[in-house]
Amino acid sequence: MTIAATSPPARLAHPILLWIAQLRAWAFLVVLVAFFEIWARAAEGVSFLFNVYNIQSILVFATAPLLLALGQTFVIISSGIDLSLGFVMGLSSVIAAHASNYFTAELGLPPFVAMVAAILSGTAVAIFPGFVNGLLVSRLQIPPFIGTLGMYGVARGAAYLFAGGMTVAIDNDWYSAIGNGRVYGVPVLVIITGVACLVLHYMLSQTRFGQHTYALGASKPAANRAGIDIKRLTLQIYLLSAIMAGVAGAMYTGRFTAGAPQAGEPLLLDSIAAVVIGGASLFGGSGTIWGTIAGALVIAVIQYGLVFINVEPFWQFIAVGVVIIISVFVDQTQRRLMGGRQVE
Amino acid sequence: MSDAEPILSIRNVSKSFGAVQALNAVSFDVHPGEVVALAGDNGAGKSTIIKAISGVFRHDAGEILLGGKAIDFATPQEARENGIETIYQDLALADNLSIGENIFLGREPKRMLFGVLPILDRAKMAGAAKETMARLDFHVTRLDAPVAAFSGGQRQAIAIGRAIYWNARLVIMDEPTAALGVPEQRRVLALVKSLRAQGKGIIFISHNLRDIFEVADEIVVFRHGENSGKRKPSETSHDEIVKLMVGA
Repeated sequence: MTIAATSPPARLAHPILLWIAQLRAWAFLVVLVAFFEIWARAAEGVSFLFNVYNIQSILVFATAPLLLALGQTFVIISSGIDLSLGFVMGLSSVIAAHASNYFTAELGLPPFVAMVAAILSGTAVAIFPGFVNGLLVSRLQIPPFIGTLGMYGVARGAAYLFAGGMTVAIDNDWYSAIGNGRVYGVPVLVIITGVACLVLHYMLSQTRFGQHTYALGASKPAANRAGIDIKRLTLQIYLLSAIMAGVAGAMYTGRFTAGAPQAGEPLLLDSIAAVVIGGASLFGGSGTIWGTIAGALVIAVIQYGLVFINVEPFWQFIAVGVVIIISVFVDQTQRRLMGGRQVE
Repeated sequence: MSDAEPILSIRNVSKSFGAVQALNAVSFDVHPGEVVALAGDNGAGKSTIIKAISGVFRHDAGEILLGGKAIDFATPQEARENGIETIYQDLALADNLSIGENIFLGREPKRMLFGVLPILDRAKMAGAAKETMARLDFHVTRLDAPVAAFSGGQRQAIAIGRAIYWNARLVIMDEPTAALGVPEQRRVLALVKSLRAQGKGIIFISHNLRDIFEVADEIVVFRHGENSGKRKPSETSHDEIVKLMVGA
């Protein structure tokens, strides 16, 4: 072979720098916890971190937005967005509550069976909005922002209609234990969310589905020409995201022993914030489950921590908002400095 | 060089879109180790013929023979499975993925973790990337780096590497040098020559007559969807090709 195409090695950031960039959200989490620890000790003479109750509360607090954020991570990596998640969660919560009551009172099933059936029902209901979202975005070429915003309204209306405008109380000790119980001191909700994290991390980092999600977010034509069925992939991504919202809704019903249409209303923005703080780009193509977990914990620590040090609760919104803006700014700057294409 | 059986034979291929006759009875052959350049003005039919070959759409009349067998691919995947790789001007690389991940995009290899859990075989992808790029004399130090980190010419090499790895018989290159600076263009032309040396058949589309004269073994000129001439670079001139292109 006679070729003279010797290319110089590309100029790249040192691997350690890239590694640190990926850990940014975790580093921020550590700084945040340290901040609250120092504040709590100085002002109140108590520990923030070395307090089992605090840890449990923060973790439980983080579960609902994290469950939404896990699915949202896939959507955002594929360069979409799912605005319907909050009310899909509410719808699932209401349906799970109704199902629990129906299976217990009408069918007379044992509480444990009724609980399992209720969780499955609530999760299954989410398939409908997820499927419609996927069809809207993949087949009808409706921008994700608009398509899922429409579904936000539809799911919201449906949730309130099914709930009759109120919350739907349940009476099932097993179901309540899912939402409030502990196994060896670890809240069941945290265990379930932890398992969800592992499964979705596997899907994103170790399967073709995950790999193709990254490719789709980076370049639709590239994914298409590589033979990936991008319509089917898009549909699957929105289905996954809705199903995770369904799980979150079913868990909500257990935690509050009631289904509520507005269960996920404040959580939608938190879920997007968690993904973005976790290092994903809203332009698609980047993001990790580990980053999203850190992002969700950052938000939970800010919200819980500010209450713990007796700051007025409204500051939470300001703090989370500022953190989102800073995260995106740092991300942009970092991309400019590190990932910029080398021009010869 | 053209003693061997042609890899690809285009025989009187026609294609129309509604009332527009995009291709009218076009014919040419591509042999192993031959670079056939398609020259022509915008809308002359160069892109239409390569899309018919690569399965983007079907032709209306005439025959496309691949290795002597008539083909009529319904999808680009089908064409790719039969050894036809197309390298587009805009490259179609996923910027956030590594070289190996791009080479294997859509066909990722897997291995078993602990014998039960299927996971992506990243070591295999990186190994194949290193080996393939070395065949193009492109030695990468960071195999895990996203391809966005590489220059235009290097990215062109990656797209060509994908064709080599999957053992393409026919490589179609649509304006491979269009978006590049001069030194990078030289490198890509060298890559085309190395593909030829490996016995691939190459269809090379370019607006740049200098590039065409440098690498082509045969120049097929298109005008208004028809063959307006076939020349060997050694037996023609820039002026003659331009005349064939514009019909003057």
